[in-house]
Parts: sequence; C-alpha cells; structure tokens
Amino acid sequence: MRKTEAAVLTRRTLFEQRQRRRSIVIATTSTVLVLVALIVLVPMTPGWEKVQKSFFNGPVLIKTFPKLIEAFKLNVMIFLWSAPMIAILGLLVALARNVKSPAMFPLRILGATFTDVFRGVPVILTVYLIGFGVPGLGLPRPWNSPYIWGSIALILTYSAYVAEIFRAGIDSVHPSQRAAALSLGLSERQVMREVVLPQAVRNVVPSQMNMLIALQKDVSLLSFIGPVEIFRQAGVFKSLMANFTPYVGAAIIFLLVTIPATRYADYLMERQSRERS
Amino acid sequence: MAKLKLRNVVKRFGDVTVCNGVNLDVNDGQMVCLIGASGAGKSTLLRCINLLEHTEDGEIFLDGEDIAVPGLNPQAARKKIGMVFQNFNLFPHMTALENVMLAPRRVYKKSRTDIEVEVVSLFNRFGLADRMANYPDQLSGGQQQRVAIIRALAMRPEVILFDEITSALDPQLVGEVLDVLLQLKKQGMTMVLATHEMQFARQAADKICFLKDGEIIEEGPPDQIFDAPTQAATKEFLMRVRK
Repeated sequence: MRKTEAAVLTRRTLFEQRQRRRSIVIATTSTVLVLVALIVLVPMTPGWEKVQKSFFNGPVLIKTFPKLIEAFKLNVMIFLWSAPMIAILGLLVALARNVKSPAMFPLRILGATFTDVFRGVPVILTVYLIGFGVPGLGLPRPWNSPYIWGSIALILTYSAYVAEIFRAGIDSVHPSQRAAALSLGLSERQVMREVVLPQAVRNVVPSQMNMLIALQKDVSLLSFIGPVEIFRQAGVFKSLMANFTPYVGAAIIFLLVTIPATRYADYLMERQSRERS
Repeated sequence: MAKLKLRNVVKRFGDVTVCNGVNLDVNDGQMVCLIGASGAGKSTLLRCINLLEHTEDGEIFLDGEDIAVPGLNPQAARKKIGMVFQNFNLFPHMTALENVMLAPRRVYKKSRTDIEVEVVSLFNRFGLADRMANYPDQLSGGQQQRVAIIRALAMRPEVILFDEITSALDPQLVGEVLDVLLQLKKQGMTMVLATHEMQFARQAADKICFLKDGEIIEEGPPDQIFDAPTQAATKEFLMRVRK
C-alpha cells in the first residue's frame, strides 16, 4: 500500500498527470471549435437550405429507412454466401501458386494468371462482363440469374486479393518452422497443412477482416446489373421522391455495419502486433 | 561399422563453399561434438546430415546406406535422424503435448492413445509432466528446448543432431538442457552436437571434431584435442575461447 502511494508521487507521474491534463484541455477545445464552426458556418452558406431539404430530409429518411433496411438484407445474403466461397477459392489459389513440383506447373501458371487478371480489372467491369455476359448465353433458369453471376464476379475478384494475402501469410511463417517439421519426417504436404497454414491463416486474420469489410460495400456494385439491393433501392426512392436523403440513409446503414467491423479489425491487428513484440 | 559415415561431403551456397569435403565417422552410441568458430560450417553440416540442405557432392551413409543420393525422398532418413535446433522451433500454435505427438501421429499414423503412454513417460522423465498442456510461449527457454528434445525422441530416432541447442538460453538454464544430453548418452543414443559449450564437450564427448572453413582439420578424443592439439588453428581457437 505504502509502496503505491510512494509511486504516485514520483516526478515522472506528476509530470505525466500534468501532460495528460494539458492534452485533454487542448483536445476538448479544438473539438468544440471545429464543431461550432461546422454547425454555425455550414448553414450560413447560400445553398444550405436546398441541400438540407434534399440530403438531410427527416421525414423522407423516416419514411424510406425501413425499406432500405429490408433491401440491405439482400446485401447481407449475397455477402454471406460469397464470403465463404472467397475464403475457399482464395486459399486454393494461394496453395496453387505455392506448389513446386514440375507436374503442377500448369496449376501454378493458372493461379498466377488468375490473380493477375482479377486484380487487374476494375470490380465493376468484372461484374458487368460476367453478370451480363454469362446470362447472355441463354442458360435456363435459374442459371441466368444476375444474383448468381454477379456474386461469382465478386467471388472471383475478391478471391484474387484474398489469395495474395494468404500467400503473404504463408511466406511470413519462418523457414525454421518448416525445417523443424521436415526434420521430424513429415511430408511437404503435411508440413503445409499442420504447421505452416495454421500459422499463416492466423497471421492474416486482421488483413482478411479488412477484405470482408470491403466486400460488404462492394456488394452494392451488383445493383448495376439488376438485383435490388440497398443502393438500387435508394436510387428508386430518389427517383420517386426527387430527394437524395435515401442515399444518406443507405450510407448510415453501411456505417452501422462497417464501423464496428473496422474497429474489430483494428483491435485484432493491434493485439497481433502486441503479441509479436 | 559406423552408424553414421560422411565421405567427402561438399555443400555450397552460390560461390561460398560451406562444407569442403567433410569426412566423419560416428559409431553407435557415440557422442561427437563439432567445435569451431561461427561460420565454420558446423550447423550447415548438421543440416546436410538431416537432408535439410542438398549436398553438392559426397556420400552420407546411415547404417551403410547412402541417404544423400540426389533425388532420393529424404523422409525415410529423417524418420531415423532427429534434430534439435538452436531456437527450439516449437510449433507455437500447438501445446507441448501436441508438438510431441504431431509427427508420430502423422508419419506413423498412430492414434493418440497408442503413443500417449510413451509420450507422457518422456515428459515425466525430463521433469515436464506439468507442462504438457502449455503453449510454447508459456514455457521458459530451457523448458522449450527440453520439449523440442522430447519431440525428436518421440519419433524413436537412431541418431539425434543437436545444433547449438544451448546458445539461445540464459546461462542459468543451460544446465538443465545439458543434463538431458547426459541422460541420453547414458542410454546409448548416438548423437552429433554442434556446440560452443567447451566444458561440456570435454566432459561428455567421445570424440571432438574441430572445423575450420568447412573442413574437419583435427579430430580425436577430448583430452587429446583440448590438451595436445596438433594443428595451429585448433590451438588458436582454443586459446581464444578459454580467455
């Protein structure tokens, strides 16, 4: 007890207390100043009244919000079936690019080409080309559905990125781990499955979380080929009511999901760097 | 017949020759210590014996059979030759017990229950029975290294290679690991050590090999090497480490 009391009174703690108080004062003052400026100055602009009416319209927001949430369920659905497929395909591509035996050379080339192509083409282009192109082949229902081909376009694009992250994860496992596993008589395949991959996957969880967040947003790109998800629904309301507020509503809904997810990813990232230090 | 026999083993990394025609005989139950300055090729030689490195030339005989034939699957030889590393190299995502059980289960397809008795008795013998459920980062360096030795032993190897296994340990933890080596020697394990522990090498080894620039330039029983080295380089090295 006496010990802690003594500790509180060190020069260092006194100094740090002073510093802390100072920074709280500075941070509070500057935040208040900025907020006041925004609240006071922005409404003084000549176009504010119009903007407020068409972007921040309370009644329109209240009226359209439930329907937007409803439409957002489709985003969630597309996300939920795409994400596991991306994880699997991404991992397979990463492994394909990692094989060394000459017989598997075509597989390696295929993996490399896959990542090059789908990382090199804008997502929206892939969505258009696959989402419009493949159903154009005149496939029977349900195989002409834009839901399916739109999702596949997302899956292909994201798998390419996810594969590269997995590959970086595999490279991040120290070679001494491989050596130790090999020295025990494990085969290359067993070393990969039992020793390298579990560590690699763990190392890239935070990065993959960021990919999930990006995917959640990019699901909206499917609106361009048909499915009435939240962005499309907001567009419909915009046309009906001649008001942009539904877009703001959609943005709010996205943020409700992505902000907690981003925070969680940051938390994971921070925890990992703490563990490594 | 020698358990392990190296003939003219050559290893290069690019233009650098790390092992320059090494000859070595290790008899059954012998403990052989490789000594020499850092960069002399001790570790690389051990890695070559375990086939973790491809050798450029030369033969490595295990029970009279050449295991270093290019293109040969190294797995068969590695099952018989265990290895323990300087930095332990335990698998961080597995408990101590899982680290030890992994290879017997995957390589010999044994079930957990088949090997449990043997593995647990190994942990008991080396005083780690209460640490089996711990992850490597919850163990001290000495404990980790002992788990690594148990992991190698669980494959019932005929030869074990030790690559400077006490170099990464705090001085007060070195003893507990060296004690394990003495125990193994008593049981007749064939062992090759790369080591900087001169005191230990002198007391425990059956044969000392002094390496310089990728060659064994002098070898013999400990007393001869430490008390009456014939080569100038050996004398100089021993002078420096004794200071």
